[in-house]
Amino acid sequence: MESMEARQIDRSHMQVSDEVAIQISSMNKWYGQFHVLRDIDMTVRRGERIVVCGPSGSGKSTLIRCINRLEEHQSGQIIVDGTELSSDLKNIDKVRSEVGMVFQHFNLFPHLTILENCTLAPIWVRKVPKKEAEETAMHYLTKVKIPEQAHKYPGQLSGGQQQRVAIARSLCMKPRIMLFDEPTSALDPEMIKEVLDTMIQLAEEGMTMICVTHEMGFAQAVANRVIFMDQGQIVEQNEPREFFNNPQSERTKLFLSQILGH
Amino acid sequence: MGDRNASYVRTEMMEPQAPPITEVGAIRWVRENLFDGVLSSVLTVLALLAIAFLLHELGPWLLNSVWNAHSLTQCREILQGEPGACWGVINDRWAQLLFGFYPSTLYWRPVLALVLLFVALAPVLFPSAPRGLIWFTLAYPFVAFWLIWGGSIWLPISVALGFGIGYATLLATSRLGLLISTIAAVVVPVLYWLLFSGDVAGGLASALPLEIRAVPSREFGGFMISIIIGVTGIALSLPLGILLALGRRSNMPLIKVIAVVFIEFIRGVPLITLLFTASLLLNYFLPPGTNFDLILRVIIMVTLFASAYMAEVIRGGLAALPRGQFEAADALGLDYWKAQRLIVMPQALKISIPGIVNTFIGLFKDTTLVVFIGLLDPIGLASAIRANSDWQGIYWELFIFIGAIFWIFCFGMSRYSMHLERRLKTDHR
Repeated sequence: MESMEARQIDRSHMQVSDEVAIQISSMNKWYGQFHVLRDIDMTVRRGERIVVCGPSGSGKSTLIRCINRLEEHQSGQIIVDGTELSSDLKNIDKVRSEVGMVFQHFNLFPHLTILENCTLAPIWVRKVPKKEAEETAMHYLTKVKIPEQAHKYPGQLSGGQQQRVAIARSLCMKPRIMLFDEPTSALDPEMIKEVLDTMIQLAEEGMTMICVTHEMGFAQAVANRVIFMDQGQIVEQNEPREFFNNPQSERTKLFLSQILGH
Repeated sequence: MGDRNASYVRTEMMEPQAPPITEVGAIRWVRENLFDGVLSSVLTVLALLAIAFLLHELGPWLLNSVWNAHSLTQCREILQGEPGACWGVINDRWAQLLFGFYPSTLYWRPVLALVLLFVALAPVLFPSAPRGLIWFTLAYPFVAFWLIWGGSIWLPISVALGFGIGYATLLATSRLGLLISTIAAVVVPVLYWLLFSGDVAGGLASALPLEIRAVPSREFGGFMISIIIGVTGIALSLPLGILLALGRRSNMPLIKVIAVVFIEFIRGVPLITLLFTASLLLNYFLPPGTNFDLILRVIIMVTLFASAYMAEVIRGGLAALPRGQFEAADALGLDYWKAQRLIVMPQALKISIPGIVNTFIGLFKDTTLVVFIGLLDPIGLASAIRANSDWQGIYWELFIFIGAIFWIFCFGMSRYSMHLERRLKTDHR
C-alpha cells in the first residue's frame, strides 16, 4: 500500500460521465446445479474505475468474464455499450472487440513475437493495415515501457513484462472498457508494482476499468467504487474511503480484517 | 560457513574454475557411456562381439557383390561358390521397380512430376522459399495428374475450376452467415463436378484439343505407385484430420457425432479391409459401367484411414493447449475460424508434430498393402520379378533395395520433422 501513496496520482482526467457503459440487470448464472452468480444488478458509467473483491469462489472472476461472454449467463440482461449479449455471435464479437481483457496468467500467444501478439487482432478483426497496426503496437509497447522487447517471444520475458504486454495487446484494439481478472495474482512481489503502475496510468487517462484484484492499495488509490462479492452476490459497494474505513456488512468486515490484518 | 557461528559475510566473489580432467573430453565420454560400472562394461563387450559377428557374416557377402549380371545363374557363375550379393537384379530391373509397366519412353513424365513435387513442397516446408511459389503448389496436383496420367489437359483444368467455383461461392454467400456459406461452398462445386465438369472438359477439348498420350492406371507400378498414393494420402489426410479433430471437439452435437462415428469406425477396421472394399465392394454400389479408377479408390481409402488417426493425434495437441489460449483469442474478438487458424492450430500442430509425422510414415509404408488388391507396388513387383526364370530364388537383394528406398523417404521425413520442431521452438521452456 505504501508504494501507491508514494506516487502522486493525476486525477484531472478521471471523470465519471453519465453515459452508461455496462448495464447488468437481474443476471443469474449456474454451473450445472451450482448457482455462481445470483441476481446481479450493476451499472458501470463511462470513466468509472471499479475494483471487485471478495473471497475466492465468490464469483467475481465469473462476473467479469460474463461481460465479454467468456461465460454465458442464463437469465437476466447484460448490455455493453448498447449491445445486448445474447447467443447472437455478431453481437458477441462486437462486444469483445470493444472490451479489452487482461488475464491472471497473461495468455500471450507463445508462438508469436510480442509485436505480432499486439498486431494480430487489429489486423484480423479491425482490418487495420499491417504497417499502421505495427505503429500502434509500438506506441502502446512504449507506453507500457517495453518497446525494446518487441521482437522477442513471450517466453523470453519476465512475468511482469508479459503482463504489461498483455495490457498493450488489449489496448491495441482501442477498447472502450478494460477488464482485469486478477492481473497481479500470478506475479512475484517485485513485478506487481510495474503492472499496477501501468494500470494506474491507464486510469489516469480516463479508461473505464473493472478490476478483480486483491491489491487494496490500488483500490484506494484509483478506484471510485469498490464492490465486495460473496457467494455469488454483491454484498456491499461503496466509494473506497467509506468501504475501507466504515464497512457495513459483517461479511465485509471479516474479509477486510483478513486481507488487511496480516 | 561455521556451524557454531551463524553470522557470515562473503568478502570476495569466487571466479569460475575449470572442471577436473576426468570430467571433460573423450575420457569422460568413454567412462560415462561405455564403462560406467560392471553391467555397462559387460554390455559394451557383448555389443562389440555382436558387431564383429555381423561383420564376419555379412562382410564377405557384401564385399563380393556382383553388379553386372542378367540372371541369378550368371551371378552364381561369377561368384563360383563364394558367398556374395547379386545386385545385378537391381541393375537389370531398376526401371521396373521404380515405374512398373509405365511406357519406358514416357519415364520423363513421372520423373518431372517428382522434381516439380519438390518445387511445390518448398514454400510449404521452408519459410525462406519465395512466397509466390505457393500458387504453383496449389496448381501442382493438377499438373502432376496431367503429367502422370496424360490425356487431355482440359480434364484437370475443369476439375480445378470446381475449386475456383467453390471459393467464389464462399465469397458470394459470406453475408448469409458462416454455416450457410460453408455448406454452399461445398455443395455447389460437388454439383458442378458431378453434372458439368465432364461436359466442360469435353467442350473445351473439342474446341482446342491439347493432349499428351494417356497412360492407364494398370500400367503403373513400383515406387511410383507408393509415392503417388503416399504423397496424396499425406497431403489430404492432414487437412481432413484437422477438420475431424475440430469436429470431435465441436459444441454442435450433429457435427460431433459425425466426427466420432467416422473416427471410431475407420480406426476400428483394418486398412486391408478398406482396401478390399475399395477394389471389390465399391463396384457393387457404383452404377454399372462407371469407370472409377482403382488407384483413385485406393487413395481415397488410404486418406480416410490415415485421417482418422491424424484426427486423434491433433486432438491430443488441441487438448494440450491451455484454455487461456482459446479465451485470449475469444477475448480479442477473433471469430472461430480465425482463432483456429491463427492461434490454436499453429500451436496444436506444433505440439502434434511427432505424432503427425508418425502417422505420415505409417501411411507411406502401408502403401505396400495395395499388393493384396493386385496393384504392383515394389513388393508386388519383387514377386513378379522372381516369377521370371532368370531371377527365380532371389530375395534378399530385392528386399534390401526396397527397404533402403523406403528408409530414405521415411528418414527424410523424420529429419525434417526434427528440424521443424527446432525451428518452431519459441516457448523457451
